[in-house]
Amino acid sequence: MGLNKSVKRPIKAIDDRFNSIMKAKMCSTRSKVEKPLRSALSNFHASHNYGKSYDDIFADTEFPTDDNGDRIALRVRNLSKIFGKHPEGAIKLLEKGMSKEEVHRTTSNDVGIYDVSFDVREGELFVLMGLSGSGKSTLERCMNRLIQPTSGQVIVDGLDITSLDEDVLRMVRRKKMSMVFQNFGLLPHRDIKNNVAYGLEVQGVSETERLQTAKKYIEMVGLSGYEDNYPSDLSGGMKQRVGLARALATDPDILFMDEAFSALDPMIRSDMQDELQKIQSELRKTIVFVTHDLNEALKLGDRIALMRDGRIVQIGVAEDILRNPADDYVSRFVREVDRTKVLTAGVFMRRPRNILYTSQGLRTALRIMEESDRNTMLVVDKKNHLAGMVESDDVLKAVKSGGVLEDVTICDVPRVKIDTPMKDVIQMMVTTNFPIPVIADDNTLLGVISPSVAAEVLGEGGDI
Amino acid sequence: MVSPVGVFAEDLVNFIEKYFGWLLNLFKDILNWPLDILGRVLYNIDPMIFIAVLFIISVLIVKRLIAPILISAAFYFIYWMGYWDSAMITLNMVLVSALVAILMAIPLGIWSARSERANPVIKALMDFMQTMPAFVYLIPAVIFFGLGIVPGVIATVIFAMPPVVRLTNLGIRQVNKEMNEVADSFGSTEFQKLTKVQIPAAMPSIMAGINQCIMLSLSMVVITAMIGGGGLGQDIVYALSRVDVAMGFEAGLAVVLIAVVLDRLTQAFRDTK
Repeated sequence: MGLNKSVKRPIKAIDDRFNSIMKAKMCSTRSKVEKPLRSALSNFHASHNYGKSYDDIFADTEFPTDDNGDRIALRVRNLSKIFGKHPEGAIKLLEKGMSKEEVHRTTSNDVGIYDVSFDVREGELFVLMGLSGSGKSTLERCMNRLIQPTSGQVIVDGLDITSLDEDVLRMVRRKKMSMVFQNFGLLPHRDIKNNVAYGLEVQGVSETERLQTAKKYIEMVGLSGYEDNYPSDLSGGMKQRVGLARALATDPDILFMDEAFSALDPMIRSDMQDELQKIQSELRKTIVFVTHDLNEALKLGDRIALMRDGRIVQIGVAEDILRNPADDYVSRFVREVDRTKVLTAGVFMRRPRNILYTSQGLRTALRIMEESDRNTMLVVDKKNHLAGMVESDDVLKAVKSGGVLEDVTICDVPRVKIDTPMKDVIQMMVTTNFPIPVIADDNTLLGVISPSVAAEVLGEGGDI
Repeated sequence: MVSPVGVFAEDLVNFIEKYFGWLLNLFKDILNWPLDILGRVLYNIDPMIFIAVLFIISVLIVKRLIAPILISAAFYFIYWMGYWDSAMITLNMVLVSALVAILMAIPLGIWSARSERANPVIKALMDFMQTMPAFVYLIPAVIFFGLGIVPGVIATVIFAMPPVVRLTNLGIRQVNKEMNEVADSFGSTEFQKLTKVQIPAAMPSIMAGINQCIMLSLSMVVITAMIGGGGLGQDIVYALSRVDVAMGFEAGLAVVLIAVVLDRLTQAFRDTK
């Protein structure tokens, strides 16, 4: 190939032709481009309103309730996730009763979860627990559709998450739910305040407003003063506090926590569990907490679902699982537990159903006590700190003589911490006949242990 | 004799020239524009003022004093040897071609990171561009764009693009799964996920690509002297043809000094991020 032959300086004729062609092209393209651009722009604006607003999404849905009349925040029905191509075949085999391994051998599909159903009540801390590979993280990710389930339903406030289109799903994720991650998932290029404000930022909240909110939640998790630091400056425990603050900052109704404390040292983990309990007693979120640590599950969970090979083996409160394991698998699991550590006040306490507030009037107090048929009742102040206990006789007297609730409150009530062994609690119960309040370090009321529970524990004999 | 492969290539070139000549001219005009603007500054500025400005900029980037002093000294040395005008032409070409290469390569890298369909195609193209000997790019550049600075810049852009594309792609793909889940779980749009999570997290990798891109641009710009690119490369080609050791060494040294300065500056810029 001769180089010389091909080297041509651009000649004027080409330039001229180019100019005339371009002129013609510009005119025709302008009209071609403008119209679609305009319609694309208007589509863009429309899509940012998402056709309907967030409030509209839940306007015509009905909040399901369970038999006791408690509101169900999250309802999972027959949820399955099969990984791999052609999951239908695998589902059929599972329906025939094949195990996870057999299905994998015959179809090379992996069973993530199969036919899982449960309800999570509003304000409940629901623990999903199992060994690694049992499908607990997959299940959690199906609930906010980070993983698209193969079949089944996830119903949040009456809205089926699995069938939402992208835009509506995005809106639900922005406002209704958020997630705390095992390895914290902090954005390394953002300082703490901007990490916490991330959820608000993607919603389009103004900068001053979102930083203000972020500051509030950073304070709540006890990290005030670290707003301008970067994640790399923080220790593991502090990082997860940021993760928690970020998840709370969008004020979601549902919090998904995926092995949130598993990457932390035992001491820090315990601190974080306490912190979560404290925050939970203030905010009462619906929390789905995934863990492989039974001690953690027993400590935190209002109810626990034990998973194995992608199925739920047993659902129940901590005592149920400890006392009546559903099968060999669960009982083997439970046997590993350090009983002296596990059988603490925290496990046996119940959420106090009826409590009085120091600000309430005497007559109100009396009516509440009569309605709930109680002789004694716990009293807390505005911040949910335990003030003491009142007896109905005293209240009745005070109503006649005219006084306030504070006057008749007995402040010197026996109280226990969450990690007090049940042994000690029962010893206390011998001397009193009242429910024993369980408090946090700052005197916040977390729950009560009723005499009936103590009787049950005693009835079991030498277990403790 | 030439085999059918070569004949086909020649036919293709002729075809493109005949029917897409206007497009090639458009490219040329577009590229001429930044070269002209930056050239007007670099060719006319007083060397001492340039060195002073360079000193201030490098202090701002490096945030120490020693490196900026050495950087300024390097440019003063080039001036003292008498290669200032050539150096400015070379610098103009390097900066413009690196800029154009980066502007084209980053979107390509993002595209290949986010599309499983585009990725193998872009990857193969980058393999091709990177392994093709640098000299070969000069042939189509000359055929389509003639002699001069612009074809040199075009050959350089093609030569310097692959590392940015690759490292942008790699950087975004290496953003860990959890980070992407964070973006999704808070309801980010795809665009928000890209701009607020993936690109910032991939920034170290992208900056390494940009550093490589500038280095490759410099080496290619010297080679483009063979098609009339001018600058220090021209001095080297001239020295080569006359076996002038003194001039060849001086011009070569000037290239090395510019390379070191650009490398330090881009690396420092990466570290401050």
